[in-house]
Amino acid sequence: MLKSKKPIVVGLVAAALLAAQPAMAGKTVDAIKARGQLVCGVHTGLAGFSQADTQGNWSGLDVDVCRAIAAALLGDATKVKWVPLTAAQRFTALQSGEIDILSRNTTWTLTRDASLGLHFIGTTYYDGQGFIVPVKAKIKSAKQLKGATVCVQSGTTTEKNMTDFSRTNKLDLKPVVFEKIEAATGAYFSGRCAAFTTDASGLASIRNKEAKNPTDHVILPELISKEPLGPAVRRGDDEFFAIAKWVVFGLIEAEEYGLTQANVEKMMNESQDPVVMRITGKSEDTGKLLGLDKDWMVRALKAVGNYGEIFERNVGAKTPLALQRGTNAQWNKGGLMYAPPIR
Amino acid sequence: MTHRPPPKRRDWSWRSQAFRGLVYQLLAVAVIGVALWFLAHNTLENMRARGIQSGFGFLAQPAGFDIGEGLIHYDALDPYWKAFLVGILNTLRVAVVGIVLATVLGTLLGIGRFSRNAILRSLCYAYVEVFRNIPVLLQLLMWYLLFTDVLPPLAEAVNVGGLFYLSKGGFSFPTPAWGVGLAFVAAGAVLGVAVALAYRRWVLRQFEATGRVRSLFWVPLAIVLAGAFVGWIAAGAPREWSIPAPGTFTMEGGASATPEFLGVLIGLVLYTAAFIAEVVRAGIQSVAHGQVEASGSLGISRGLTMRLVILPQALRVIIPPITSQYLNLTKNSSLAVAIGYPDVVSVANTALNNTGRAVECIAIIMLVYLTTSLSTAAFMNWYNRRAAIRER
Repeated sequence: MLKSKKPIVVGLVAAALLAAQPAMAGKTVDAIKARGQLVCGVHTGLAGFSQADTQGNWSGLDVDVCRAIAAALLGDATKVKWVPLTAAQRFTALQSGEIDILSRNTTWTLTRDASLGLHFIGTTYYDGQGFIVPVKAKIKSAKQLKGATVCVQSGTTTEKNMTDFSRTNKLDLKPVVFEKIEAATGAYFSGRCAAFTTDASGLASIRNKEAKNPTDHVILPELISKEPLGPAVRRGDDEFFAIAKWVVFGLIEAEEYGLTQANVEKMMNESQDPVVMRITGKSEDTGKLLGLDKDWMVRALKAVGNYGEIFERNVGAKTPLALQRGTNAQWNKGGLMYAPPIR
Repeated sequence: MTHRPPPKRRDWSWRSQAFRGLVYQLLAVAVIGVALWFLAHNTLENMRARGIQSGFGFLAQPAGFDIGEGLIHYDALDPYWKAFLVGILNTLRVAVVGIVLATVLGTLLGIGRFSRNAILRSLCYAYVEVFRNIPVLLQLLMWYLLFTDVLPPLAEAVNVGGLFYLSKGGFSFPTPAWGVGLAFVAAGAVLGVAVALAYRRWVLRQFEATGRVRSLFWVPLAIVLAGAFVGWIAAGAPREWSIPAPGTFTMEGGASATPEFLGVLIGLVLYTAAFIAEVVRAGIQSVAHGQVEASGSLGISRGLTMRLVILPQALRVIIPPITSQYLNLTKNSSLAVAIGYPDVVSVANTALNNTGRAVECIAIIMLVYLTTSLSTAAFMNWYNRRAAIRER
């Protein structure tokens, strides 16, 4: 009898394995609600975008986007778990379900949007890649960097942009690629590389926060690429995709119509502007269409303020980064921030 | 007369141990196969369900990024597989040079621990204890820091006679600019090696016949050098050298080893040499002390005793553990990514991010290290068999 039993047992095990369906991710929204926490993937440390202080409190533009979504979805902006990620880890973390949303100054490109199993929800910062060089090198233009070594962090679009720029202008730039941003900037500050390259906002952050003396370094005028930075969510839950997308649009539209962190409560009760009434949920219940309650946008605004406030608080003129609104101003003020209407 | 059982026929019943063994082995193979298939199938299904594109097709597409240094010509428009090849060659370059240097240094240190000179002995001991107890990543960072922070900038490079330069740009040295002449020199040297090998055989035969000892180092070396010299003359005695000189951003002329390469190489060599020194010491101690005494009573000098009596016997004990040190060095070279050396891991990281093919890129890295390690192990096993005692 023994002779026949064993293969049957093994056969059963094998059949069970074959029949097992590949694990499907549960719906992201359900998972977030059940967990009571939004898991947000952020940068390991980029001043103005996502940075933790000594107490472990995160701040930054990318961080506030996650807070706003947590406020809208869970009713509490503090219910966010932060997962710091390197550039190379970020997409895998999102694909594998380790994080719900990736808000880590990530450039929206076709390859990423179409082939990585994720959706970008919009642009929260319009950026472009630039170069930073020491003042004493007396370089005025990136085109003078012929044959120079350039420090760069791996796992970003920057390497490719730099190569394109180098080819077009026959510069023969030599990249020295580091996995960690600290190692890359460290090598630049030590003088190993003639220049460091990344998005202009990142350069400002590095120049003003990391350099011993910011005036020793200058950001060259050329921007060599378009870098629309924005958060991304995993495919497979259109509901969450819509919520995340419309919270960001809501933050932008709130600025356009003058809703701020301070006045949102008052405006909600007093304003007769139909747009404000829709955003605050006084007239149409826009939240219901997204599977939320009608106060969703009010909560988000109370938590972090509108897009303009987020910008000024984290990277604006009064911060060490001192970035101008520029392309990130509202569409009616000469910028590119244009949110589809909430209605 | 003992009673012999009749020769057994193959017994295909469950009572036969051989049959049961066969069944168990087949089952084990089947279970492993199913498990692997399940993993692969599940991964592919999951990736498909989440809209992640997969496959190795991207290898044929243009990579679009530059690589800082490499042994072969590479252009950003070359396909991904060529970018990977550049990375693999960079890994091998560190591994091969590192293994050779670590072996030489480690052997000297190991022998040094038996020196009669107390200072030399203690120095070797201190070296081993310091270098093998500091994590290798820290050592790499330390050497890199030394190159980039302590050394002067390019314009003020330390130089020896205007020929060798040491700066934040790395170590630059002159190279012969002989064109085809270099091939003649190489051909001459190869011819020299062949003649030297023939000479070695003749010396060994002479030794067996007459007992006369001839140098097996200086004369063959002279033969090889003479071969190279003849090749140089044949090429028309070219004398141009490419001399490095500081340019605006890089050294122009000559050749340079970048701080990244030197940081990885020096870090790995010094770290691994400490372990090799211990392996060599263990090997030497495994040779019975009577051998040294016997050799001494025959009037053989200490140096010759080490070379002719102890080391050949110690080698048998040394080779297997030293093989794992070689494998460690090769695998540790993947830490190079921390200090910006474009090894295969660094290139794969960039490729992974540009294409999003995480599973494929990690698989390539694993395959590269597996192949390198298995080849090293195969070579060392062959050498081990050669060095083993031939039992007659």
